[in-house]
Amino acid sequence: MSLALSLPETDSRLAKVTARDVNVHYAEKHALKHVDLDIRSNEVTALIGPSGCGKSTFLRCVNRMNDMIENCRVTGLLTLDGDDVYDRKIDVVQLRARVGMVFQKPNPFPKSIYDNVAYGPRIHGMARDQGELDEIVMTSLERAGLLAEVKDRLLEAGTGLSGGQQQRLCIARAIAVAPEVILMDEPCSALDPIATAKVEELIDELRENFTIVIVTHSMQQAARVSQRTAFFHLGELVEVGDTEQIFTNPQHPLTQGYITGRFG
Amino acid sequence: MQLLILTVVLLTLATLGYRLGRGRALASTGGNPRLLHSLPSYHGYYVAMWCGLPALLLVAAWLALEPSVVRMLVMSGLPADVQTLPEERLALLFNEVRLVASFGKAPSTPAVGVAAEQYLSLRQLSFAAMAVVSLVAAVLGLTAAQRWIQADLRARNRVEKVVSVFLVGCSTVAIFTTVGIVLSLLFESIRFFNAVPITEFLFGLHWSPQIAMRSDQVGSSGAFGAVPLFAGTLLISFIAMMVAVPLGLLSAIYMAEYANPKFRAIVKPLLEVLAGIPTVVYGFFAALTVAPFFRDLGISLGLSVASESALAAGVVMGIMIIPFVSSLSDDVITAVPQSLREGSFGLGATRSETIRQVIVPAALPGIVGGVLLAVSRAIGETMIVVMAAGLAANLTANPLEAVTTVTTQIVTLLVGDQEFDSPKTLAAFALGLVLFCVTLVLNVVALHIVNKYREKYD
Ligand SMILES: Nc1ncnc2c1ncn2[C@@H]1O[C@H](COP(=O)(O)OP(=O)(O)OP(=O)(O)O)[C@@H](O)[C@H]1O
Ligand SMILES: [Mg+2]
Repeated sequence: MSLALSLPETDSRLAKVTARDVNVHYAEKHALKHVDLDIRSNEVTALIGPSGCGKSTFLRCVNRMNDMIENCRVTGLLTLDGDDVYDRKIDVVQLRARVGMVFQKPNPFPKSIYDNVAYGPRIHGMARDQGELDEIVMTSLERAGLLAEVKDRLLEAGTGLSGGQQQRLCIARAIAVAPEVILMDEPCSALDPIATAKVEELIDELRENFTIVIVTHSMQQAARVSQRTAFFHLGELVEVGDTEQIFTNPQHPLTQGYITGRFG
Repeated sequence: MQLLILTVVLLTLATLGYRLGRGRALASTGGNPRLLHSLPSYHGYYVAMWCGLPALLLVAAWLALEPSVVRMLVMSGLPADVQTLPEERLALLFNEVRLVASFGKAPSTPAVGVAAEQYLSLRQLSFAAMAVVSLVAAVLGLTAAQRWIQADLRARNRVEKVVSVFLVGCSTVAIFTTVGIVLSLLFESIRFFNAVPITEFLFGLHWSPQIAMRSDQVGSSGAFGAVPLFAGTLLISFIAMMVAVPLGLLSAIYMAEYANPKFRAIVKPLLEVLAGIPTVVYGFFAALTVAPFFRDLGISLGLSVASESALAAGVVMGIMIIPFVSSLSDDVITAVPQSLREGSFGLGATRSETIRQVIVPAALPGIVGGVLLAVSRAIGETMIVVMAAGLAANLTANPLEAVTTVTTQIVTLLVGDQEFDSPKTLAAFALGLVLFCVTLVLNVVALHIVNKYREKYD
């Protein structure tokens, strides 16, 4: 906590998620080094950086997805609304209901489209009856911009959709549990430009209600969808700032080199 | 012994051919192997093959044909009155000739003694001829092939062609054996169905496969209604699956999803040892331990349990096939992509919710396939039921009674001295055919399901 106080320029009242001196080791490998980062509410934060620099690792710390990796060790302080995410009292299941995740490769369950979206609400007992569940499923699909395309085939397999539709289905599935934060790890890397545009549009709309963290390898995408950008390099957070400032006036030579395409 | 020496000589020649071919190939380019079309060793194999293969094939063909030719010659040398004897007598006679010739048994008639001498000399002559012919073939092959060696000889292609023909030959052996078995099952079954109508066999409710010694004997006509056997097989397999599916599936889920890798590395092979225990060991375990246990338990509960019960055999068989179910299920469960697990955990599902609602449904086709394979294994299992389930062909659904199965009956039908054309022994072939068809269908369906499931994630 003392570290947090020693960093005056961060405004912790606005921050939804804060990271203070977060370190991650995979066995011997030091994958994330002393990361301090604030993620603000109702903003899109983009994480950029060359491959292997620890972007996914950071993302997976926030919803404790790293717990599942055998030899992964996380130290430092990570908070969600001021509560320590790694506190013993925190229930991972509840945490993950508050922090949703969308993966690089669309991973719909081998179930119907309806059941895919209803999966989260069902396990969290969010609907009292079938009518409420239908309502949640419909609004989630609607907000993910998928309803029009699938409303006649809700009972068909989710795996039968196209890649872009599958990814939007996964987004619908994530927002159906009404999370506060949505983590997206390269959500568009498996999609064509049209599907990508749709997902980007969607992210922009979702910002109103959710806090979004997105990992991307596309500078253009980061510039288009995010308000803040964080640049990682070799496990260190090199620079973070407003997207416009990072892309027009980067402070650090490494950042400059990366966004102008000189390495990475 | 002589044959062994001949083979060794031929192989030595072939080795020599290899060295010569190799050396000649190298020499033909002045010692620069890069100018050769094929590596020098391929030239070596090429010569070795020309040297060894024709000669060995000749030997093989000779050995296959020799006995009948020799027999014909010996028989034609016998006196005319002997030659008109019926075929079986002739066979006996020839047998005697061979015994006299090979083991020095005293001949019963002078004619036999003469024939035996002729037999011996013929065989020696034949062997000498074979040795000469094959050695000539080997030397000819060696010299000819050696001449053919040139820098641009496609030795590699030729050698690989021969190797592939050899491989095809090996695999057709297996296929022809299977076809042969199926055909013999089929023909014998058809003979059986000439004696007993197929409808009676498939739908008859009474099984007592004896045949009369005298026509006026009591129960002179056997009954070949196989329904009690099918029912018994189904009952025991069903009990076995009731044991194996839950235990196997749950242990697979534990292994794949909960166990830490170290534990898994130790326990999984241990579980698979169950599949390696000889079935006869399971059999006496069932007959001597489990069956009495169930009987005593039954007595204390006031139930009458036969000392050879379907329950005991089924339970032990179930334990035997646990590893089938568990290791196949474990494979399909681990094949479910990690991304599905992460997707589910990412939505806040617990481990058990993820397993129940995502992983098992995703793996279900593969699991069903594994279970079907296990069923076909259970249906074909013999030893346990022979030892523990009894021989009484009861038509019952009560697992506490003794029942019998198709495999057990095949064993009892064929054990003992029987002519091979009585309906009693032929019935075994018909039962075998039914068993074969059922397990074949189960296997095909199961493999189809498993493969289809595999494709889905690749
Ligand atoms: N499960 C793991 N076990 C061991 N090392 C890991 C594991 N996951 C990641 N790492 C290592 O941690 C470092 C950071 O990996 P991470 O996946 O966070 O990179 P990334 O920035 O997301 O890269 P990319 O852009 O390629 O996805 C890499 O060097 C990687 O090799
Ligand atoms: Mg990554």
